[in-house]
Amino acid sequence: MAEYWQDLQNQFRLNFIDDDRWQWIVRGLGSTIVITFFALILGVVIGVVIASIRSTYDKNLETYKLRGGIVYPIMRVFNAICNIYLTIVRGTPVVVQLLIAYFIIFASSRNGIMVAVIAFGINSGAYVAEILRGGIMSIDHGQFEAGRSLGFNYLQTMRFIVIPQVFKNVLPSLCNEFITLLKETSIAGYVGIVDLTKAGDLIRGRTFSPFMPLIAVALIYLVIVLILTRLVHRLERRLRSNER
Amino acid sequence: MSGNHLIEIDNLQKYYKGGEIKALDGITNNISKGEVVVVIGPSGSGKSTLLRSLNLLEIPTGGSIRFDGVDITDRHTNIDLHRRRMGMVFQHFNLFPNMTVLRNMTLGPTQLLKQPVEEAEQYAMELLQTVNLADRAAAYPDQLSGGQKQRVAIVRALCMHPEVMLFDEPTSALDPEMVGEVLDVMKGLAEHGMTMVVVTHEMGFAREVASRVIFMDAGKIIEEGTPSDIFDHPKSDRLQSFLAKVL
Ligand SMILES: Nc1ncnc2c1ncn2[C@@H]1O[C@H](COP(=O)(O)OP(=O)(O)OP(=O)(O)O)[C@@H](O)[C@H]1O
Ligand SMILES: [Mg+2]
Repeated sequence: MAEYWQDLQNQFRLNFIDDDRWQWIVRGLGSTIVITFFALILGVVIGVVIASIRSTYDKNLETYKLRGGIVYPIMRVFNAICNIYLTIVRGTPVVVQLLIAYFIIFASSRNGIMVAVIAFGINSGAYVAEILRGGIMSIDHGQFEAGRSLGFNYLQTMRFIVIPQVFKNVLPSLCNEFITLLKETSIAGYVGIVDLTKAGDLIRGRTFSPFMPLIAVALIYLVIVLILTRLVHRLERRLRSNER
Repeated sequence: MSGNHLIEIDNLQKYYKGGEIKALDGITNNISKGEVVVVIGPSGSGKSTLLRSLNLLEIPTGGSIRFDGVDITDRHTNIDLHRRRMGMVFQHFNLFPNMTVLRNMTLGPTQLLKQPVEEAEQYAMELLQTVNLADRAAAYPDQLSGGQKQRVAIVRALCMHPEVMLFDEPTSALDPEMVGEVLDVMKGLAEHGMTMVVVTHEMGFAREVASRVIFMDAGKIIEEGTPSDIFDHPKSDRLQSFLAKVL
């Protein structure tokens, strides 16, 4: 028993203390958080834009057709572009998207983190867009009609009546997307970024003892996810108690 | 040409599937200020389509509607400005579930008419008093009964000071014991001179309150007249057989 304990201590020293290897983990974690955070912001921005275009198109299709004018062809083009984007992003693995972004689209860029933010942001945007659109379409059409019949225009109806209801409905799904994104960034090592996962793997390569670094990495992810989940639950409860 | 009619409907058409379905098949009619027009007819005859065309929730495929002299079917007309002047009450209430009764009522006046909150709330409370719901101002819609919801929906529309009120089967989703309280509110409105267009299956209401009854079938106006014309002296076979079924 004492021997086993001693062995663990040695392992720990070897993997984290010697050569200050713990710093790799800290820096890796920093990269993971930076990539996730900015990719999330980019993803939400893209998602809001795409969802707005798509649901506006769906909701007003009949009006556009009947009233004619230039709006219908323009919206059709925008909607088609959104659909192509969604099809490509959701139809290919995120690793492949990351590789294409790094080695083809931004081949001249040395800033791996920025490329990762863009790649993950574009990827996440597609999922955020569909979550938001689902939320908008799930609102009873009577809510739109009530808003419009009072004299609100389409955008005002969305802003004052629909979006506040959507927000509450989609918040859990959006947070889940955030958690998924955090875990997905673990492939950043493919393009030479030392994120949390890559940091653990590098230590493993140096020390030839996989157990400690990899379990440590797993635990760190787990703790972050648990904290986020907790926050989401609290937020949800707060929103619900606001209702009544 | 525009006389003193509030709403002028001219050869209104609503076709679906390229004319295969004619929900409205050439409706021409004028509605004057202060009139209470009740629209009756069998299911699928186009009553809702006609009513919803009046504020362009349904966009006609042909013909025109003039409201207060302005052609609202012209796509250069700002329909949102005209909708503020036309209140609408739906079969399923369509109250905003995330807002209190009071907020449901003041959202339009504060955001669209730029009324100060206090002024909007004061008027909303006065209206709530008239429908005996002042004590429910802070309640949320799902804490109300169906009849209460519909009364709130009516006063919500009234908060915008509309010149005409459109009702699409306002009592059809209600339990029978709540129908009366909603019809009473509508009757009160009519007595105060509100111009109203009402689609309903409540023949008693039509007979008692309507200044004019329109009978529709298959997208056309088949017969129209005073309640006595329509109910006591129906001319067409279709109206006679319709009345035989519903009365
Ligand atoms: N989106 C649509 N596509 C095709 N047909 C439609 C559509 N909306 C309505 N219709 C048709 O138009 C006709 C008129 O419908 P409308 O809802 O106006 O009838 P209604 O008189 O209000 O009937 P009810 O008493 O059942 O409410 C019906 O035959 C209906 O099937
Ligand atoms: Mg109907």
